[in-house]
Amino acid sequence: MSIKKSPWIIHYDGSSCNGCDIEVLACLTPLYDIERFGIINVGNPKHADILLITGGVNQQNKTVIKNLYDQMAEPKAVVAIGACACTGHFFAECYNMLGGVDTVIPVDVFVPGCAARPEVIIDGVVKALAVLEKKQQEKVTA
Amino acid sequence: MELAIFLIFFPLLPAVLLVFSKNAFFQKWITIIASTVIAAASVLFAIQYMKGSGEYSTFICPLPNQLIMIGDIILALVFLFICRKLPLRRYWIPLLVIVQYGLVLFYDFSGRMPEVTHYLYLDGLTAVMAVVIGIVGTLIAIYTVGYMKHYHHEHPELSNRTHLFLATIFLFFSAMFGIIFSNSITWIYFFWEITTVCSFIMISYSREPIAIQNAFRALWMLLVGGLSFALAIIYLADSGYTLELQRLMMMPVAFVLLPVLLICFAGMNKAALYPFGNWLLGAMVAPTPASALLHSSTMVKAGVYLVIRCAPILKGTTAGAMVALLGGLSFLAASAMAVSQRNSKRVLAYSTIANLGLIVLCAGIGTSFTLWAAVLIIIFHAVAKALMFLCVGTVSHQTNSLDIEDMQGLIASMPYVTIIMLIGLSGMFLAPFGMLISKWAVIQALAIRSPIFPAIVIFGGSLMLFFWTKWFGQLIAIPNARQQNLEQGIGIEWVALWGLAILTIAACVCYPLIGQYWLVPMYGWNPMLYDKIELSIAIMLGLMLLPPIILLIRKKHLVYTTPYLGGANVANPQEFMGSLSSPRPWAFKNYYLTRFFGEEVLMRWTIAGSIVLLILMFLVEKL
Amino acid sequence: MNAWIWGIVGILLTPVVAGLVGGIDRVITAKMQGRMGPPVLQPFYDVMKLFSKQNLVLNRFHHDLVICSLIFTVAAVGLLFAGENLLMCIFALVVGNVFLVLAAYSTNSPYSMLGADRELLQMLAAEPMILLAAVGIYMATGTFDINLIASGTHSAIQYLPGVFFGLIYVLTIKLRKSPFDLSTSHHAHQELVKGLSTEFAGPSLALFEIIHWYETVFVMALIYLFFASRPIVGIVAVLIVYFLEILIDNINARVKWDLMLASAWVITLIFGLGNLMLLFILK
Ligand code: SF4
Repeated sequence: MSIKKSPWIIHYDGSSCNGCDIEVLACLTPLYDIERFGIINVGNPKHADILLITGGVNQQNKTVIKNLYDQMAEPKAVVAIGACACTGHFFAECYNMLGGVDTVIPVDVFVPGCAARPEVIIDGVVKALAVLEKKQQEKVTA
Repeated sequence: MELAIFLIFFPLLPAVLLVFSKNAFFQKWITIIASTVIAAASVLFAIQYMKGSGEYSTFICPLPNQLIMIGDIILALVFLFICRKLPLRRYWIPLLVIVQYGLVLFYDFSGRMPEVTHYLYLDGLTAVMAVVIGIVGTLIAIYTVGYMKHYHHEHPELSNRTHLFLATIFLFFSAMFGIIFSNSITWIYFFWEITTVCSFIMISYSREPIAIQNAFRALWMLLVGGLSFALAIIYLADSGYTLELQRLMMMPVAFVLLPVLLICFAGMNKAALYPFGNWLLGAMVAPTPASALLHSSTMVKAGVYLVIRCAPILKGTTAGAMVALLGGLSFLAASAMAVSQRNSKRVLAYSTIANLGLIVLCAGIGTSFTLWAAVLIIIFHAVAKALMFLCVGTVSHQTNSLDIEDMQGLIASMPYVTIIMLIGLSGMFLAPFGMLISKWAVIQALAIRSPIFPAIVIFGGSLMLFFWTKWFGQLIAIPNARQQNLEQGIGIEWVALWGLAILTIAACVCYPLIGQYWLVPMYGWNPMLYDKIELSIAIMLGLMLLPPIILLIRKKHLVYTTPYLGGANVANPQEFMGSLSSPRPWAFKNYYLTRFFGEEVLMRWTIAGSIVLLILMFLVEKL
Repeated sequence: MNAWIWGIVGILLTPVVAGLVGGIDRVITAKMQGRMGPPVLQPFYDVMKLFSKQNLVLNRFHHDLVICSLIFTVAAVGLLFAGENLLMCIFALVVGNVFLVLAAYSTNSPYSMLGADRELLQMLAAEPMILLAAVGIYMATGTFDINLIASGTHSAIQYLPGVFFGLIYVLTIKLRKSPFDLSTSHHAHQELVKGLSTEFAGPSLALFEIIHWYETVFVMALIYLFFASRPIVGIVAVLIVYFLEILIDNINARVKWDLMLASAWVITLIFGLGNLMLLFILK
């Protein structure tokens, strides 16, 4: 129950055009103020519960994403934000691209859009909360 | 009384034996047996005298004065002999010798020395000092045997004179016991100069140019102290007051302040307070046991011992306040400069000066409260600092480095040595032990008078906390990869290391008892009881037992991971993926704040300030 | 007997009070930035969540050292509320701090160790003023015994305005607020990731938060001691000071360590020691 009230996020910007990146930061501004939900952008995988990824995965950043994911404490969730993070979008055909985030780590929530709007991003995080809670219950029962 | 005389003369026997035994086996066993005897005798002595109020005794001996006179002559010749290789521009060194011995011998021959009835004086303070020398000192002697073997192994170019080194150590014990037991000032002077000779021999041991140079620097600085001592003797002899230390302390302040200040000056000089602090830094070129023995735990303690003895006269006088300020300045400046040092031996040297400064600060104020604290610091500092020196010596043998940055994660490669080192470090600065308790006592005792002294102690103490914690942290920065064990080849050194570690723990756990049952009879009251902090102390001591226990309990729910490196981790945790897709090592170095606390920044001001204070110390009395 | 009860009450109440204060702090901060901010109980949610998470560690010691730090910080607050010697309480707090720094060092991770070094710098900057404040209280009230200070008839503040100002200055360091949040910050956007606490995860981080709660209460209690003879005034003063700290936090950017150290020491010397010297001369 408690994890729902204080989901801390870490934001990683992969191979993106920075459009979604800016939208994620917009969530922190007074207009959207995600801290209302106890959400903090901690910028440190060891403290975070949710990994927000904007942009696709390429040869350079695949290990980084993998490492960040591995360094998060359970229970944890991954949200892929924007078309790039979901599928690679129009970068997908590039010589160095692997595609969406789910090519390296398991993704729990896909947030569509180019760029994804702040409202949708917040919605995506809220969806991730349900995933987190389920994982936590599984951990308790296990 | 017999024990005291035994302690003065017995060490001469192994000293003589050692001069003639070049065989490592004999050296080892002579050292061990003699050390055991000395340690046992000093403990017996302490038990005998820790409670009693002081006891005078006469030393039945024909012509004691003449004996000392002959001793002085021999010593003067030894000094001059030492000076034979002197670079010409240091002509003032033999001059210092000639002037001071000339004066003293002149008075000796002219028969104007006042009669001394009690040659020895034994009380609680001598008991403390005797235990420090007798136990800490002998443990260091035992360590030396193992250390020198490694030392010569590493420096094959040096000629092996271990036997002389060990002999000097035992000669030094004899002299130290002489200083603390003697009541006659001429005797103290005689033994005092012997320790100077010992210091010279040990610093110049390697006979490398830098060692010789530093040895001569130490020599002339210490001889200045000797000169001041000689002047005190002349003054007393000339005015015909007395040459007994204890009686001197009971004289009216106005009459004897000057000679007492001269003696204090000698004490502070030996304790390496500024402006003379630099000889101690230079002395760090000596083999580590010498640094531990002479330059941290015993010889320099003779200096503060004398200042503590002078406390009854200093108490309440302006000159006494100047002495305290000099101590305070050394405490502050040395702590600050220690922050900027990377070389572990230099950090230890600076912190030694700082601690001695704190003791002198306490002694200069001279209330029973601060004296109580001063003696406690002597005990803590002697065991913990000796331990640190020996650990650093061992580490430098095994890793060939004295740099603190190279000790990062030492706990993985040298677990036991590091644990011992951590014990020493905790004893030094973690509350409620060591420096913290004295910090408390000084602040508590002085807050009502002038805020200057508490401020000095507060700032210096914060600086000390900074560099000790930094070092402590370096040691326990556990590397994330397996390390090879580097503790092979440490032999007899373990005895000393563990012995001192156990002593440090004992001092930490028992100091409220020491404070109550040993120091209270000396100074009449127990600040811990008086200020009702015994409960806090007990709670803190109790809590201090918890960390080792917590660390020992194995935890199950922990999940191991890799350090955060911006996601650029590679298989080796000490490396990260560089921008050119090749692993590169990362490194972390500490802050040294050289812009604020560097030697070049502070040294000039410290020396200038301390010289001004010294001049004031002698002048205020005239005003 | 009374002292024990007070001490235990202090230890038990501190997390409640400090958690609430932390929550209010976050709401006020949000309001100052034109946001709505989290619920007031947010700090409790955070800590509870952290306890339910996995305990990621780099080695087994670093969690233990955080526990040691907690023990001593709690003891400091306990001793303070029990009315023991003020200096001893401060020393206990210092030991707690030292253990925290050691915990960060023990991880051997670059960000964490740099945070540890900076935390040491913060201690170096703040400690002299805090101890001088204790000396000042002693000079004003004639005792280090917190019981007696608290039950005294006149407040220390009238003798110690300079010391009080200096204490507020270094309070920013102790409360980890801008411009002096060098070692670790409440906010994410720091060049050291999370500095000191970078490698703490789950329960370790929860303990770290709780340690900070105790520290906050400790320094607030110090502020209160300046007004001890008038409890109402004291509490109001504490609240005003805390509000000031939030304000300072929000209108300042982080400074470099040298400016922090130099300014803290200069303030300590001029306002702290200057005040004490005046008091000494005039008395
Ligand atoms: S989804 Fe669109 S806006 Fe978002 S990163 Fe990709 S290209 Fe940019």
